[in-house]
Amino acid sequence: MSQVSVPTKNRLSSRVQEIKPSGIRRFFDLASTMDNIISLGVGEPDFITPWNIREASISSMERGFTAYSANAGVLELRQEITKYMYQRFDVDYNPETEVLVTVGASEAIDIGCRAILDPGDEVIIVEPGFVSYSPLVSMAGGVPVSVGTKIEDDFKVSADQIRDAITEKTKAIMISFPNNPTGAVMLKEDLQEIATLVEEHDLMVFSDEIYAELSYDHKHFSFAALEGMKERTILISGFSKAFAMTGWRLGFVMAPADVLAAMLKLHQYSLMCAPTMAQYGALEALKSGMDDVERMTQSYKQRRGFLVESFTEMGLACHMPGGAFYAFPSIKATGLTSEEFAERLLYEERVAVVPGNIFGAGGEGHIRCSYATSMENLQEATKRMQRFVSSYLGG
Amino acid sequence: MTEKELEILRILEENARIDSSTLAKMTRISEEEVKEILQKLEKMKVILNYTTVIDWSKVPQAERVTAMIDVKVTPKRGVGFDEVAERIYRFPEVQALYLMSGAYDLQVVIEGKTMQEIARFVSEKLSSIDSVLSTTTHFQLKKYKHDGIIFEEVEEDRRIVVTP
Repeated sequence: MSQVSVPTKNRLSSRVQEIKPSGIRRFFDLASTMDNIISLGVGEPDFITPWNIREASISSMERGFTAYSANAGVLELRQEITKYMYQRFDVDYNPETEVLVTVGASEAIDIGCRAILDPGDEVIIVEPGFVSYSPLVSMAGGVPVSVGTKIEDDFKVSADQIRDAITEKTKAIMISFPNNPTGAVMLKEDLQEIATLVEEHDLMVFSDEIYAELSYDHKHFSFAALEGMKERTILISGFSKAFAMTGWRLGFVMAPADVLAAMLKLHQYSLMCAPTMAQYGALEALKSGMDDVERMTQSYKQRRGFLVESFTEMGLACHMPGGAFYAFPSIKATGLTSEEFAERLLYEERVAVVPGNIFGAGGEGHIRCSYATSMENLQEATKRMQRFVSSYLGG
Repeated sequence: MTEKELEILRILEENARIDSSTLAKMTRISEEEVKEILQKLEKMKVILNYTTVIDWSKVPQAERVTAMIDVKVTPKRGVGFDEVAERIYRFPEVQALYLMSGAYDLQVVIEGKTMQEIARFVSEKLSSIDSVLSTTTHFQLKKYKHDGIIFEEVEEDRRIVVTP
């Protein structure tokens, strides 16, 4: 009989062990065991990918476009991306040397970190923010440094806050506006003071602009469009949110040629290329999908109004988010922590929201509520939340 | 027309049952303003009616037949097509009437309980109008999509409950 040998050494790397599992997982596990849940916890559009995009991808498969594409992505798609970004957001990139099609915006953040960080390099991360930033910085050997934004500032970050966090080891700043989970946006003048700081301290900027199209009150302004900032920015975006293409896993990144070449090296060794059929869908999205984007954006805007007004009415302080599809109300008035609130709301009223603390500094005392769900769901969810909240506020 | 009025029209076009307090929150104006806008739009006949899209094929006791009839007519001096159009659209079984470009002049959409009923309308009422030169009747076999609504849509929410 052969003996089973149990490994004696710790078989997982210490780097991985140091990373905490995402706090969102626990809520998913809780919520997925229950019936009759209305979920405001979903971080993706409730629209199905527009038919013309699905049709273009199906057709690409029918025509046999199933091989690897160029590592950086189908050239025609990179050209369309460049054109689109120039027309919409006033940033001018070279499709041959400064654009890379990635497997979702997440890959772009990952390879961006690995391309520029040396062990011990600090990255200032503006929080509350997307849950992946800090782990991805750590996995690349960097050190995440949190800077928390506040509801009183409409969840904008100021140059002063960032200046206070800068040390000799600071290599980059990670910003994302419109923001997940706060919905905050930064206008040109807000970004300008940060650009000055970036120049002063010779820093790089990761600007995750995946929600750019979902800006409701002002046209989105890209960080890379500021004078001198293109040379220092890793501009990340993708198709998931604006075109309702989350499952396609298709993003892109634009960066100065040397940085892009380094990212391309990592991309080609780990992924080869983004899925070819998804790239053909994305091509169609850029060529004729803007009307759909407009239609979906209009709809989010109306639901945003409904949800935020409803929170205010029930006594929860909530700023008007300028973009994305999240409201981030304060639940401090109920005396509960974010996790307590979310858990009790789930058990008592069967409404799933995401506790704000899992999005990092500044998130405690808030909950993230996605309005990427039908008006009927929002009406029922706010009715239930009203009942829940009043039992804490009225008492 | 103001931006808010347009927004309200777009919302109501999708869902006529939405109440004014919800409309007010969605458009971020007061409920009183919403009511004023609605009254104004109704008075201007911009909003004509608030109807319901019903799939009658699912109601056994309410079977219906719909036909589209292409009609060629002789227009009259002075009133063009309007006079004959009016004579046609006054019949209650006429659901819609359009003046068309191309091979024929008027398109009549007509609904009846049976094919016979429609045949009778065409031969007795429509063809007997003086200026009507010819008619071609097409019966609808199945409704896939109507007024932008897909009838057999099974697009459910397949997203997982909580995601970052």
